[in-house]
Amino acid sequence: MTTKMFGEPIARVEDDRLVRGHGAYLDDLGHDALAAAFVRSPHAHAEVLDIDVTGALEVEGLLAIYTYEDLPDRLAEPLPLLIPHPSLTHGRTQYALARDVVNHVGEPIVMVVARDRYLAEDAAERIIVSYRPLPAVVGIDAARAAEHLVHPDVPGNVAANMMQRVGDVDAALRNAPHVLELDLSIERSASTPMEGRGVLARWDPESHRLRLWTSTQTSTGVRAAVAAKLGLALVDVDVITPDVGGGFGVKIMHPWPEEVLVPWSAQLLGQPVKFVEDRREHFISSAHERAQQHHVRVGFDDEGQLLGLDVRFWHDHGAYIPYGLIVPIITSTQLVGPYKPGAYRVEFDSLYTNTVIVTPYRGAGRPQGVFVMERTMDAIAAELGLDRTVVRERNFIRPDEMPYDHGLVFQDGRPLIYDSGDYPTSLEKLKKLVGWDDFAAVRDAARAEGRRVGIGLACYVEGTGVGPYEGGHVVVEPSGKVKVATGLTSQGQGHQTVFAQIVADELGVPMADIEVVTGDTRRFGYAVGTFASRAAVMSGSAIHLAARAAREKALKVAADALEADPDDLEIVDGIVRVVGVPGAEISLGTVAVLSNPLRYAFDDAAKAATQFAVGDTGKPPVPEDEEPGIEGRDYFSPMQSTFASGMHAVVVETDPDTAEIKILRYCVVHDCGLLINPRIVEGQIHGGVAQGVGGALYERMAYDEAGQLQNASFMDFLMPYVSEVPERIEIDHLETPSPLNPLGIKGAGEAGVIPGAAAFAAAIEDAEGFPITAMPISPSELFELRRLHSKGLST
Amino acid sequence: MADEEHFDVQLVVNGAAHNVRVPARRLLSDCIRHDLRLTGTHVGCEHGVCGACTVLVDGVAMRSCLLLAVSVDGSRITTVEGLTERDGTLSPVQQAFEDCHGLQCGFCTPGFLTTITAGLRTNPDPTQDEARDLIGGNLCRCTGYQNIVKSVLRAAEIERERAAP
Repeated sequence: MTTKMFGEPIARVEDDRLVRGHGAYLDDLGHDALAAAFVRSPHAHAEVLDIDVTGALEVEGLLAIYTYEDLPDRLAEPLPLLIPHPSLTHGRTQYALARDVVNHVGEPIVMVVARDRYLAEDAAERIIVSYRPLPAVVGIDAARAAEHLVHPDVPGNVAANMMQRVGDVDAALRNAPHVLELDLSIERSASTPMEGRGVLARWDPESHRLRLWTSTQTSTGVRAAVAAKLGLALVDVDVITPDVGGGFGVKIMHPWPEEVLVPWSAQLLGQPVKFVEDRREHFISSAHERAQQHHVRVGFDDEGQLLGLDVRFWHDHGAYIPYGLIVPIITSTQLVGPYKPGAYRVEFDSLYTNTVIVTPYRGAGRPQGVFVMERTMDAIAAELGLDRTVVRERNFIRPDEMPYDHGLVFQDGRPLIYDSGDYPTSLEKLKKLVGWDDFAAVRDAARAEGRRVGIGLACYVEGTGVGPYEGGHVVVEPSGKVKVATGLTSQGQGHQTVFAQIVADELGVPMADIEVVTGDTRRFGYAVGTFASRAAVMSGSAIHLAARAAREKALKVAADALEADPDDLEIVDGIVRVVGVPGAEISLGTVAVLSNPLRYAFDDAAKAATQFAVGDTGKPPVPEDEEPGIEGRDYFSPMQSTFASGMHAVVVETDPDTAEIKILRYCVVHDCGLLINPRIVEGQIHGGVAQGVGGALYERMAYDEAGQLQNASFMDFLMPYVSEVPERIEIDHLETPSPLNPLGIKGAGEAGVIPGAAAFAAAIEDAEGFPITAMPISPSELFELRRLHSKGLST
Repeated sequence: MADEEHFDVQLVVNGAAHNVRVPARRLLSDCIRHDLRLTGTHVGCEHGVCGACTVLVDGVAMRSCLLLAVSVDGSRITTVEGLTERDGTLSPVQQAFEDCHGLQCGFCTPGFLTTITAGLRTNPDPTQDEARDLIGGNLCRCTGYQNIVKSVLRAAEIERERAAP
């Protein structure tokens, strides 16, 4: 019997190719393509007065220079506002090339195409743009003050104001025995994949078709956007996602200006054109996230039970808002975590600033929400003198209260209803894993030696597997090999492995015979994309259903051939056989041949399916309501998201002199439903935790007041090396199946990063004895806080 | 502006001799990737910080984005493609990455593989701390390095297994 693959920690099928250096990332393609480079704004806010290209014209190898004036029809319109929302009353998006105003450093103004990138940059650097600088709005304080406006027609810099509420929070706070107020903030960071954005376009004038390769998280999204902008039919545009060197959210944003400009110029020039972003361009022209300020009022009783929670926050979305309100809506709704908040009101302003746009980065608004809620929980515990885990426990939604309806609307426009989860058990596991109950003794012993150690924990709930749908296609080739396709894309998550595991179980074929293709519109044209920890849940379920359909078809055809009942058949190692009848068997490949009645024999196997070999002459060769081939196509479109959860605990030591922060332990309890491949899930957690460490202790976008990003390189933006991550990440799993999909799974991609900032703030607070209310925190900031608190001042 | 001056450069890459004609400013990384079309070597930052473009120049791990092709004329270069044994067997380091789930998106991986290959020649039996030091100059955004450290230790083990009679 073939071993069941679901749940096995098998090695990835992707790796062999990648470790040999045979991967094909965007810039590994199109060696003969022309290269595009861009003149980008050096100003955060300025009027573009004049563009003088004269100096560039003499550059050898120059083919074209484009400015806004050159853009035709729909390309001259602003780029799409991808996710409209009734609260988004003042949505503004950028032009593919700046029209007469630039709104952030890095905004593209001129596109240059030349024989290679060196020459394109030579030409770009000879183009002289004249500007009239305007006052820049940088940071949330400046945006709120609205002394200057980013867009003159957007009063107060406010794109949207949105509120959700459950119950009467004012009454709850009025009547609560205890009320606390907190101000909590998080700074900007970014996805920062190792590979930046890139796009390659090839226009075929004879067939009037466009082929586009792009390093994206949504090939179908790019196809729709490019087809619309260029006035092409969808069927005339192929979008292929090659190997992608990481995404973490930034590549779900689309179309980037370059994604529409590159195919347009390829069409005009009749030659392939490629754009590959460099690292500085990535920092100043791809999306950031995270910056938010929050004001919390919370009311609770003597036991620490929440009675009312009132959260007002301000979200910095940068110069434009193409991705709508997704990030602040996620903060608003996922902030409540595993708790019953009592009466709840949350209101935010989404604010324009003259900085790079904000779109989801792994976690997408959840790290901020969790930071707010968990800091609030810790503040309640401190106020009441209770253990921090006790306060949390008293507010948990219990397993027997599932499904739990919060009465809020989630990011997918659907009710926020938790499907399943067991938070008390998770907390028990985490306490045991980290040794929570014994930690006071550890802390005291360390203090006796003059060392400062502290422990913190943070809990989260993550809506995963967001709709609307994904699809899967499974076909058995006459060779017996199985080809699988789904439309969403992969950026290193191991989808080819886990999807093959699902198919192997359903179809009874060895892993080696299964090949999975993702993100290629030629293979599967209907898809949404890879974000919100949705790939396994959505495409995994769809592929499972498609494989099931293929299996049923295979059994039916095999039953005819073997003159058996389909119910008596099993498929093992690619052979369909009659249970208990040795020798009564047929290979899946032969079944595929027989399923396709042929006129012509192309090889020996095919002879078996030709018209004089098979078929009941009393019936049509392809039965009514059937199709030739062993093929299955199905879609998965659930009513709502499925909610994963987890809890992290971290133990830190802070240096009494230098305020350096060292990680002593990092523990994770994680519940993403049933695990398809535990090795891959752990890998996702490791990577998420490292990004959480970065977000808590190192990474920030250091804009100065003029809107210059001062750390736009890997020298200055402190992305963790191995020296910054814990030596060991201790993980325990809980598997609470989701009732919402056939595999009982929940998403796992983003979770690792979500509680990082909250857990570190709590641990540092525990070590230091004063509140930590803003993250990330550097040693010099901690040092400064110590000075303030030793003087008896509060921040 | 006239075409810039080009220079003849000879490179022995993964055992094969290549003669290329490049301008003085052509980066070794671009020469390897776009002139020789060995695209296993990746470029993550172009300022020498991420290590994705690391190749072995006369056996020494170097960042090919910080070298001009003309400056290594006559050198022997090993890229990730050259780590694989002649019969197609994965090198111990490549095999270890596969065994230990040492990669996710795979973009930074070639730089780790070359760096670790050179590092294990100097120190064939690293401790956990030494394994961390060995990869301390390479960036990875996917793995949190946990399984890369494991891969270093596993690679040393595979070297020993293969060397055993």
